[in-house]
Amino acid sequence: MRAVQYLRAFLGILHREALRWLNQRSRFVSALVRPLVWLGIFAAGFRFTLGMSIIEPYDTYIPYEVYIAPGLVAMIQLFNGMQSSLSMVYDREMGSMKTLMISPFPRWFLLLSKLMAGVAVSIVQVYMFLAIALFWDVSPPPLGYLEMLPAMILAGLMLGALGLVLSSFIKQLENFAGVMNFVIFPMFFASSALNPLWRVKESSLWLYRIYSVNPFTHAVELIRFSMYGKFNAEAAAVVAAFFIIFMALAVWGYDPGRGLIAKRGGPPE
Amino acid sequence: MKDDAFAALDVRNVSHSFGTRKVLDDVSFTIAAGDFTVLLGLNGAGKTTLFALVTGLYHSRDGSISVYGADLRKKYLKALAQIGAVFQQSTLDLDLTVEQNMFYHAALHGMAKSVAAPRITAELERIGLAERRRDRARQLSGGQRRRVELARALIHNPSLLLLDEPTVGLDIESRQFLLDHVRKLCAERGMAVLWATHLIDEADENSKVVVLHKGKVLAAGPAASVIRASGESSLRGAFDQLVGSGPAGKGKP
Repeated sequence: MRAVQYLRAFLGILHREALRWLNQRSRFVSALVRPLVWLGIFAAGFRFTLGMSIIEPYDTYIPYEVYIAPGLVAMIQLFNGMQSSLSMVYDREMGSMKTLMISPFPRWFLLLSKLMAGVAVSIVQVYMFLAIALFWDVSPPPLGYLEMLPAMILAGLMLGALGLVLSSFIKQLENFAGVMNFVIFPMFFASSALNPLWRVKESSLWLYRIYSVNPFTHAVELIRFSMYGKFNAEAAAVVAAFFIIFMALAVWGYDPGRGLIAKRGGPPE
Repeated sequence: MKDDAFAALDVRNVSHSFGTRKVLDDVSFTIAAGDFTVLLGLNGAGKTTLFALVTGLYHSRDGSISVYGADLRKKYLKALAQIGAVFQQSTLDLDLTVEQNMFYHAALHGMAKSVAAPRITAELERIGLAERRRDRARQLSGGQRRRVELARALIHNPSLLLLDEPTVGLDIESRQFLLDHVRKLCAERGMAVLWATHLIDEADENSKVVVLHKGKVLAAGPAASVIRASGESSLRGAFDQLVGSGPAGKGKP
């Protein structure tokens, strides 16, 4: 296969992902409504109880809505990653994943293409969210919208790769509720999305440690800094490292010779 | 791409198990280009597992499989490029249109749109569904979906076509259409076909057959010689005798 054929395959996968996204209106709407509920209801309620001191990357006092916006951006990407994972499990049960798996391209390439297609969809969702968030005065510097793009690509890849790993481990669709309880909620709540780390540290050192090792915290901080034109090298390094680990696990999980797909119960006959 | 020196499909000493359950036990057979080979077996014989292995969904524990000389382990991508497959379970994306499904497949084989478009039109016309190309797959009947899947498997001009129980759940007319269509492909394009089924009458006297039972190959070769070797007068009789189950596939047509 030549490079141009790889490109065609990638564009085919991207196109299908976009079509599916546009077809599923409910998914589209809920992806948009979820962060807005947090912003419009949760944050509005908390802004009076939580005082924000000046912390990096902000150079002034900020309302709570502004604080949690990057966390919500990351949440959109987290949900999207899990949604792709869900659709992988669904595709596997429905058989349509075979179309992808018998394509004469290396598995790692197919998985990476699928991953990047999901990231592209999540980024479109983020920008739509940010456009609406302007009504809550979440208005990073104009250049920030552009500068956050690479951060979102990296964070999206990491969260999407986590979804891929999970999809190779989850046997059936029914088990997906477990993913919600044991992955999405802990990752989101035990991160700097809703609470700044210094505040967590004040209340509990243990909790602070948990927050600090959570890769989602680093995804949030990477996005937060980039939105204000700053680069958080530590967060970028951690997110990149987790992406590589998750991707390696996913490729292993989907490997026809070694992976879990081959070891699992086999087809029902 | 095609090399006549090699068998279209060469399955050699393949065994596979899931945990302690042995599903395939030392399976060997070959298919030559232009052969219409029927893989006969009752439900649970291991046909679907064999298909998963031949299409590289996962690798066998033991033995080797090669497609026109390309080993599925070593030259995985070369082997896959020559395969067209229709699985037992539908693999169409029901929310997409017929055409979108076809273009997706073409892209996954690295085909340019300009090359794929006339191929797609030709294959859809051949199965008589050209006017349904903009309909969602969900709106098609079971028989139509099957035909679309067959057409889709042919877009990239495979030299080995694999079909796993393609006629399950279809009415007699759709079933006959598929059978005739595939036999014609075999004759016209010299395509090698492996057609797995539990319906014995889908194999005629001129077919080659591989009888798979409980993961083992009990007989392989031209239907006529399998019948002769069994001393029976029909393929059904030969099959019954081989699997020792009385009337073949009790309750099956």
